[in-house]
Amino acid sequence: MMDKIIYLDNAATTKTAKEAVDAMLPFFTEHYGNASSIYSLGAESKKAMTQAREIIAESIGATPAEIYFTAGGSESDNWALVATAEAYASKGKHIITSRIEHHAILHTCDYLKTRGYEITYVDVDENGVIKLDELKKAIRPDTILISVMFANNEIGTIQPIKEIGEIAKEHGILFHTDAVQAYGHVPINVDEDHIDMLSTSGHKINGPKGIGFLYIRKGVKIRSFIHGGQQERSRRAGTENIPGIVGYGAAVKKAFESLTERMNKETRLRDYLIGRIEKEIPYCRLNGDRVKRLPNNVNFSFQFIEGESLLIMLDMKGICASSGSACTSGSLDPSHVLLAIGLPHEIAHGSLRLTLSEENTKEEIDYVVDSIKEIVNKLRSMSPLYEDFVKKNKLD
Amino acid sequence: MYSEKVMDHFNNPRNVGEIENASGVGTVGNAKCGDIMRIYLDIDENQVIRDCKFKTFGCGAAVATSSMATELVKGKTIQEAMEVTNKAVMEALDGLPPVKVHCSLLAEEAIHAALWDYAQKNNITIEGLEKPKSDIHEGEEAEQEEY
Repeated sequence: MMDKIIYLDNAATTKTAKEAVDAMLPFFTEHYGNASSIYSLGAESKKAMTQAREIIAESIGATPAEIYFTAGGSESDNWALVATAEAYASKGKHIITSRIEHHAILHTCDYLKTRGYEITYVDVDENGVIKLDELKKAIRPDTILISVMFANNEIGTIQPIKEIGEIAKEHGILFHTDAVQAYGHVPINVDEDHIDMLSTSGHKINGPKGIGFLYIRKGVKIRSFIHGGQQERSRRAGTENIPGIVGYGAAVKKAFESLTERMNKETRLRDYLIGRIEKEIPYCRLNGDRVKRLPNNVNFSFQFIEGESLLIMLDMKGICASSGSACTSGSLDPSHVLLAIGLPHEIAHGSLRLTLSEENTKEEIDYVVDSIKEIVNKLRSMSPLYEDFVKKNKLD
Repeated sequence: MYSEKVMDHFNNPRNVGEIENASGVGTVGNAKCGDIMRIYLDIDENQVIRDCKFKTFGCGAAVATSSMATELVKGKTIQEAMEVTNKAVMEALDGLPPVKVHCSLLAEEAIHAALWDYAQKNNITIEGLEKPKSDIHEGEEAEQEEY
């Protein structure tokens, strides 16, 4: 047993980078001024915020005036959807999204439905890629917004964002993408991909928690979501989270300096992990697209076993992972994403998500695969489903 | 989130396995909800449960309640086993989180389903025992998909 924790849940959150923490600390203690103040203490804060905004804008090919800091991914998603719906209600009340969005999108759509908006949920294929022909067919004269995530948080599938952006542009419809899982992990350019709005979150790329941004293309007329002061060009009130913004800026700088190298390293490790599991554990299924996939995402279903049991046993071996099992969500239904790609319930219950970081090593991955093998065997030996399967197929 | 007793029964489950030619077998739950329990009973001529085994597909609480339920009915008469309620299983495990209470109900149902099977096979009536609601009969489950 390893005496340290092996962290493979980087899609849930990441360790804050040392660079980010170091950059933040003075803004709690020395430079604590309010960025809106006239005196020089406040000016320090404002200057640091401006620098962070520039770094971030450059990272997606935007201008600093198009970056609006928020409290994170969920706020950005809520803002983009609700404010667009309100601002463009005179044009129409129809919104198109996908079946595999994060709940920050899906539950906001539920809310909009109660306010008289119509939502079309476009299906995905067995790999979790959105069906573009269905998307095109869903467009109506009263469609005001298409919101499709850049990459899925559970199965890591990267969507054809550029194609979606082109479709939206052709029809004069706004395009929002929830890029919380993709930003800082794969290259994004808002102009090339025709993105009008984009949500991100700091803590998914080694920045601090409680900070994110919404990119809003110049000319998009959406209103304020948080009302109050003049901050963020009067579009997002509230004293700026300067330490958070500075930390996010530092994390973004680091993430983009190392992007290509990190993507290559994580992809190699990811494919090694996938390869070993597929070779050594029978009756498993890789969920998500093999190629159009986040470099750090691995998601498997193991037949005949249940995910929560697997997670508890992994935890006892010092391995942090996550599952799409109902038992881990407190509801009876397994993940909507796994059901949307066509998995039967019992197989969706037996899913495991492992999300890597550049700090993971091959040795760790070997230990993790060995542990999964041992645990899956143990749980299958206890499973009535496996017993029936073995009897039916006269195995053993 | 789980008590020490739940963790103990999850990590070292008692009575895992099958009993060949069991006196009674009961399978309850469904894969859709993520929990299936199967209980095997070996009952002697004096209607005493000589042995009890289980197999469970489910979360930590499902495994622990199955394990505890088998411990509680072992050595008991079938009438005494009827008194092993989900409450008794929960108490013996020092409680369960609210979202997991259904697992203890499933354990009670699994015992009842196995007793029902025994009663059917021997053409007897067990006082207070009703036909299990969620018994899964062999071959009735959805076909397992293969990869």
